[in-house]
This record gives sequence, structure tokens and C-alpha cells, in this order.
Amino acid sequence: MIPKDAYYTKDHEWLKVNGDEATVGITDHAQEALGDITFVDLPKVGKVLKAHDSLLVVESVKAASDVYAPVAGTVSAINGALGSAPELINQSAQGDGWICKLKPFDASAVGSLMTADQYEAFLAEH
Amino acid sequence: MPYIPTTDQDRETMLKSIGVPDVDSLFADIPASVQIPGLNLPAGQSEAEVYEHMHRLSHRNSHDLISFLGGGYYDHFIPACVDELSARSEFYTAYTPYQPEASQGTLQAIFEYQSAICRITDMEVANASLYDGGTALYEAAMMAIRLTGRRKILLDSGVNPIYRNILVSYTSNLAVDFEEIPVVHGQSDRERIIQALDDKTAAIVLQNPNFFGAVDDFSDVIESAHRKGCMAIMSVYPVSLGLLKTPGQMGVDIVTGEGQSLGLPLSFGGPYLGFMASRMDHVRKMPGRIAGATIDGAGRRGFVLTLQAREQHIRREKAMSNICSNEGLCALRALIYLSWLGKHGFKELANTCAQKAEYAKTRLSAIPGVGVKKSAPTFNEFTIELPCEASGLVSRMIDRGFAPGFPLGRYYQGMDNYLLVAVTEKRTREQIGMFAETLEGVL
Amino acid sequence: MSKLIYEKSAPGRRADNLPRLTPAEAAMKLRIPHKYFREQDAELPELSELDVVRHFTNLSRKNFSVDANMYPLGSCTMKYNPKICERIASLDGFSALHPLLPQLRGGGVLTQGALEVLYETERWLGEIVGMDAFTLQPMAGSHGELTGMMLVAAYHKDRGNRKTKVIIPDSAHGTNPSSAAIAGYTVVTIPTGADGGIDLARYEAALDDDVAAVMLTCPSTLGLFERDILKIAALAHKRDALLYYDGANLNALLGRCRPGDLGFDVVHVNLHKTFATPHGGGGPGAGPVGVKARLIPYLPTSIVVKRSDGTFALEYERPKSIGYIASFYGNFGIILRAYAYMLLLGREGMRRVSENAVLNANYIQARLKSRYDLAYDRLCMHECVFSASRQSAKGVHAIDVAKALVERGIHPPTVYFPLVVKEALMIEPTETESREQMDELIDAMLEIADLAEHDPAQFPAMPRNTPVGRLDEVKAARDMCFKA
Repeated sequence: MIPKDAYYTKDHEWLKVNGDEATVGITDHAQEALGDITFVDLPKVGKVLKAHDSLLVVESVKAASDVYAPVAGTVSAINGALGSAPELINQSAQGDGWICKLKPFDASAVGSLMTADQYEAFLAEH
Repeated sequence: MPYIPTTDQDRETMLKSIGVPDVDSLFADIPASVQIPGLNLPAGQSEAEVYEHMHRLSHRNSHDLISFLGGGYYDHFIPACVDELSARSEFYTAYTPYQPEASQGTLQAIFEYQSAICRITDMEVANASLYDGGTALYEAAMMAIRLTGRRKILLDSGVNPIYRNILVSYTSNLAVDFEEIPVVHGQSDRERIIQALDDKTAAIVLQNPNFFGAVDDFSDVIESAHRKGCMAIMSVYPVSLGLLKTPGQMGVDIVTGEGQSLGLPLSFGGPYLGFMASRMDHVRKMPGRIAGATIDGAGRRGFVLTLQAREQHIRREKAMSNICSNEGLCALRALIYLSWLGKHGFKELANTCAQKAEYAKTRLSAIPGVGVKKSAPTFNEFTIELPCEASGLVSRMIDRGFAPGFPLGRYYQGMDNYLLVAVTEKRTREQIGMFAETLEGVL
Repeated sequence: MSKLIYEKSAPGRRADNLPRLTPAEAAMKLRIPHKYFREQDAELPELSELDVVRHFTNLSRKNFSVDANMYPLGSCTMKYNPKICERIASLDGFSALHPLLPQLRGGGVLTQGALEVLYETERWLGEIVGMDAFTLQPMAGSHGELTGMMLVAAYHKDRGNRKTKVIIPDSAHGTNPSSAAIAGYTVVTIPTGADGGIDLARYEAALDDDVAAVMLTCPSTLGLFERDILKIAALAHKRDALLYYDGANLNALLGRCRPGDLGFDVVHVNLHKTFATPHGGGGPGAGPVGVKARLIPYLPTSIVVKRSDGTFALEYERPKSIGYIASFYGNFGIILRAYAYMLLLGREGMRRVSENAVLNANYIQARLKSRYDLAYDRLCMHECVFSASRQSAKGVHAIDVAKALVERGIHPPTVYFPLVVKEALMIEPTETESREQMDELIDAMLEIADLAEHDPAQFPAMPRNTPVGRLDEVKAARDMCFKA
């Protein structure tokens, strides 16, 4: 069940818009592929990114994956809980396992991201 | 045919299973134009012949000079049990422990080795070893660059000159700047170092004892470095840690060193042992393998290679280092050696070396024309000034059965008359006496 | 549960037996200020020598090893390590030699035997792989790769070429791209084609004037010979890109085909794989690098030369050299073993190695292909790659097959590598395994295939007969307990 209230990227990131703030994380598909997550290298608040810049790295026992910024923005908050409980991403990738917030962010670029249906179709193909 | 058990009968059976007429057909993918009928090499020899040949070659080397040669590599005695235990084929014919259930011997040994390095250096975490002291220092510099995001490295020129060469060679294709701070009278130039530390500096690289044998307490320099956001890297001689203030106590961020003195033969340059230790805060940026403790389904303690997401087989071009192997068997030898020495032996060994060196200093300084600096404290290695060129003296001493030390002029400008002398627990009082007498005779 | 050595410590117990100071030496006053001393003794364990011996003897018994178990790890070449090589390496005339001796005036005379070993090893390796010169300095395979890429960089710099890219297939070992990156290059990855070779069309498209080198393993990590290698080499050379050979799989070609003849310009050799030096539980190894003549000026300092009077010397004056790759001449103790091995094998022995290595791998491939999916259905070279996808469908993954083999006393093959094959199982028997031993592996794997069909639930508990069962790797990464 892919949450309809978010947008998606080909690199399996999700983005949820809440007024002038966007929340970013990785999808359930991504966490499944990574396996048990052991460490999240959270970005610093204030970090400024262009679309597709490397936002952070998520590590599991057997892999390390870059998470890219779905749109341009500035990191306004990070999910500190991931420091001691990185497994939150495995348990609730689009809920408690959110990674960071962007504010401001490039709202105009959101349109070029995939909707939930488009992402579902994308997953079926690959 | 040595080591190949396959008989003609076996071959026939196997070819039939595969469904090809002969072995050559298995190589059909290789273009005929590049297949050779055989190499232009001599025929294979028997074990006895090869042994005889190698034995003769070994005798064309002189290894029984009475040695006062150091320079980072020391003639310590290797206890018999280090050789015996590391020669167990369950250790030396095992592979990297990627299947932990089949490799707990190796993995526990790595864990214990990491612990031993931390205990002698007073640091929080050590890796499973790197190739040698020189490349370990390079890895430390790169680690500091990753951690600080800065590109300049300050190098105290008391650091082993060969290591400094390695640092420069390795980084020639990368954007790294080096600034060397010359020593003054064989000791670090504190003022100049502190002045040179700035917000572009990733780290200051120091050595204790330094190449001249001088011992120091770099706590003040390290504090200055930290105030400017720089890291402190120190290369240490592990045997000296039996006596000397530890890098951990001084506030060093990354410790490296050559572990050859910990139970490894001199072996004409290798294999050696690079050790590295640092703080837990930095562990994710540390290169090399690391073993960690965990439990199995039944709650039994076991050990695994961990944090592999730093390494090349996962991160590929973004890895902390390209390093794949460690010096597994060498690290095992060091662990056995340190376990055999134990808490008291480790201290006693250091003390013995230092006392003997002091005795040698006294005997040598009594020779007219020979100058031994009394002011700078040293451990088991020290510099003497000769009334003549050191290189020439060295060759005359070799003729008389001594490797008297290392002529510093080879790596340091203006030091042609200086000789670096090292004394280990293997040098008897008689040998030290003969050394002094012979030196006096030659001058 | 096994104790750590620190847990066996008893205050006052000692194993050490060091020389005592004479009164004259003991009377010396150390001129070291008190504040330069360490504050507390290092907490090393306090044990008797027997304690130490028992501890490590028992530890060793927990290991699988080539001497006790079949170890068909693909890409690792776990062949038998001849014992005579161990005996030779421990000869005093080699093991007690200080590396700085040749740097003393009159010191070269003291190390002629050692220098001859280095010189001869270089000549033998040059003939074996078809290269004009060698450096023995690299201390491991990946170290050799880095050295090789630094040589490439020096070559291009000297020619005034500004090239920033290196082409590497996606099947390559991770050390290839990481070594290229450290040498300052950007990596361009080319996919593997349908037949298991590099995708030639994509390769050609990627080859432009900005490519400094192409790094290849041949046979590839899939155990397959790169059929288009001559074309690949020609295309690279047309663009003044150098061809680099990762020698991990040299065992398949020994005595029959030389990388130099295939067009490779730089080669690294793994002495601890092809030349039978022991793996040591993860090292030490040695990764000598061979080059064609045009790269000789850039080789690391120092090099061994033979003078007209037949004596050997070290040459340091090398203006175009990339500098120091190691502190000295390489892992001499390892080079020594490899040299002895080469002398034992000789011309015929080398050829028998590749013949039997390839025969053995094909035998295993032929007998297992009905039960395990073959990644590429063609004759393999010295290793065969299967996918455990059929078994995965029943919930039995490559890792489970591995653990089942451990339970049966056989070290598993390489799993999950190369990355281009899902659920990869890479089997390399080497030439030193007998048919009976291979049949044991085959029978075990067939039995495992049966079990995967009929009773997959048994697997998660395996191995059941080892000192520990499956370990919690997630806990290890999260707890980060790296010392006692």
C-alpha cells in the first residue's frame, strides 16, 4: 500500500508537502532492499541542497545507500530519534521513520515527481 | 606433478561428465593466436633442490652482524611460542573470516588484538590492522581530511622520512597540501608548529619517539591543534609505550605505528604490521576491517567483521579506503607477543631497552670526538655526532662485524656526521662494550 | 562459552622471560622527565606461557582452514600452501635481515641473496604474464591496483594528456573502482552483456578521449573469458587509454595465455592467490605490478638492478618514478614463498595448474547445473557461478546454502558476489582438490538442493555444530563493541 499523500522519486525517496515545509524519507521498498538499517548519517540542519544532491547515507549490514534530495531545499529539521533507533525506518518508512524536513523547498519541482500510482507502476516494471 | 592430485582416470571421468573430449577444448574461448605452448621457464625442481638453492641464497646475506640499526624497525627477540602458535595451519591457511561461524578463531584473535592496541595506546577503538606503519600513516591523514573537510597536512620532519615520502607519493593525484616543519636540534619546533596550525589544516602529524630517538610530550601542541579545529595524528613505536606517556593521554586523535617490533621478524622489509587506533566518534570514517562482538541465537558470544559499509566491497568508489586485506597473521603474532609479555613484561621490556641504551650512550660519549646529546630525553634510540662522515664509518664498522646504526645524512640535510643508534634487549653489555671499543678504534 | 584472553588473566602471573640487566646497565639513570612517562601500566593480561599456548591452540581449532577443509571460495584461489615454502621463509638468512641494510655503504654486499630473490621473482613473473618489468612493492592485491592506477596517471601526466575517467565493468571487485578513485579518477561503469562478457556496444560508446584506462579481470569475476578481449584492447589503445589487468583470476590462464599478449599494459598479480602463499586469516599478501616498457620510468622507487659483474644493487635515482608505494621492497617474506613455489612448479607445473583448475571448475559446474541455476550457460574457466534463485523461491537463499555447507564441514563458496548475479554462489575448487573431495562438495550441494525442496524450514537454524550459530550482525553494527 503506497501512501497517496506523498510524491516519489526513481531512487525510492518520498516527499510529503505540509504547507511551506516538506518531509523526506525513503520508501518501504528501499528499506526492504537495504535490510536491517544500522546507521543513519543525518544531515546538518541548515544544509542547502540542489535537487538530486546527496542528502545523507543510510547504512545496513550489507549495504550503504545514498539518499538524494528530491527537490532543492534547506534542511530545517532532522529526525533525531533515528540516532538511537535507526530501525524506525524499517518499521515505519513513511511514518515514524521520516528522515528530515526541508524548509524552504522548491515547490515548483514537486510536479515533476511521481505520484503514488506512478511509483507503484514504476516498481512493477523494475 | 606437485600438489595436483588428479590422475588420468580422474581426468577421463571428469571430461565425460562435462561432455568434452579433452582439456584443451575447455580453453576454446581463448583466441588461438594468444594461446602459448608453454612458458619460457626452467623445468620444475624437487623440494630438496629448491631448498638447497634457497638455503644458498640465504647464506649470501649477512644477518649476524651485531646490530644497532633501528630507524623504525628493531631487532627484538621473538619468543618461541609466537612462532609456534602462529605456525598452526588453522590460523595461517584460513581465509578472511567472511563466514563467522567457521572462523571464530581468527575473529576472536582480531578482537583481542584490537583490544590490545587500545590498551597500550589508551585509545577507544583500533582496526584489524593495515599493511605497515607508513601506509597506516597515509590512511590516517586521509581519515583526518575526511573528518575535517580540510586539505592541508602539517608534517613534523621528525616523522620517519620514508613515511613522509609515502604520504607525498600516495596523494600526488589528490588535492592535498603538505607543509613540513623542520626539527631543531633533532626536536620538534613547537612554536613554528603552533604558528602553522590554521583553519585550513586538517591535521598535524607527529612521531614519538621521533626519527632521531627524541621523546616528547606533545599535549600542548595537540591542545593548540584542537583549538584551531585540527586533528592530531601520531606515529608511535609500540615497545616504547611500555614506559612512555601514551598518545591517548596526550589527546591524540588518530594513532598509527609500525608493529614489526611486536613479534615480527625484520624479514628484509615485510610483511609488517600497520596499526591504527582512534576515538569511537570517528569509527565510521576509519579504514580497514573491524571485528565486533555480538551473540548468536542461543545467546553465545561471538565475533564478526562489522561496519562493512565503510569498505570497498560495499561502498566501491566511495569507500573509506581501497584496502581489502589486513595483515591477519602479523596481527595475530603481535597479539600473542603482547599476551606473552603481559602487563609487567611489556613494562620491563621497555625499561630494559631504555637502560641498555643509556649504558650505550655513556660508553659512546666517553670516546674522544664522539658527541652524545644529553639534553634531549630518548628511549632506546639516540643520535651521536661523529668527528667524521657517518657513512664511511658505517662501512668500516660493517667490516668489523657491526651494523653500527643509520647515517642520518641520507635523509636529512647537513647531518652527514650524525649516526642513529638503537639498542634492544638483545644487545648484551659485552656487545655494547665491544661496539664502543671498536668504534673508538676505527675513529 | 569461550573466554577472552583478558578474562584468563590472574594478577602476578607472568610468561615473559626477558634478559636481565647487568649491574652496570641497571645503574644508569634514565634522563626522561617524569611527566613523559605513562601514568598507568597497560592492561595487558597476566598469564603463564602455558595459558597463552592453550588459549591460542584452542582458538585455532575453531577455524576452518585449507589444511583441514575444502575451501572453494570463488575469486580467492584457496589452493594448498606448500610446507617447504614455510620452511624456506623461516631461514635466518632471510628472516633476520634488516631492511635498511642496503641503504648503508657496503650494505648491498650484505644482502645479495635477498636482492637476487627479488630480481629473479621479477623476471619469472614477467615471463609468466608477459610484462617487461615488475615492482614487488605492493603489499596486497588492492594495493597493486592502486599502484597500477598511479602508474597510469603518471604516464598520462607525462604525455600531457588530461584524462579523468576509468572504465570498469559492473562485475568488477569493489577494489577496482575504489583504487581508481584514490588515484584521482572518476569511474564509468559498463554493464555485463547477455553472454557474460562486457557489453561491447556500451563499452565502445563510453570510450572517448577522456578515458585514461580500462580495468578488466580476465577471466571475469563470472569465471568467463572475455571473448572480445583483443578488440577491447585495440579500441582502448586507439584512444591512448591503457588496459589494466586485475590478476585475481590468473590461475585460469597460467602457462597457457599471458595478459601481456592480450594487450594489457599494466598487470597486478596476487601472490597469495595464484602463487600459493598462505592467506593468513586475512593477510599478509602481496600484489606485485607488471608493466610494459613504456611505463617503466614511472615504477616506484627503488628498483633492483643487476650490474655487469653479476651483483645486485638498488637504484634510487628515478626522476619520473611515482615515488614510494611501500616503505621498502614489498612483503619480502611473501615474495620468498612465491619464488620458491615458482621454482617448484617450473614450466610444466604452471601449465598443469590452469589445466586442472579449469577442468575441476567445469566438472563441478556440469554436475550441479541440473539443480542450481547457472548464471551463464557456457563452459567456465577456473570458477563457476550459480544463482540460488531456484532455492530462493522456497525461501532458501545463498546464505542458507552457505550455512548448510558449514554444517557439513565444507567452507562455503563466495556468496553474493559478483553483484550482477542474484543470489550468487561462486565456486572455485583450484587445481589442488581431488575428485573425491569435489564429489563430496557436489554431493553436499545436491543434498542441500533436495532439502531446499522438501524441508526448507531446517535452514535458518544452520549451522548447528559450530562453536557459535548464526550471529546477529545487526546487533554487532549497532552495539559497536570493538574491544574488551
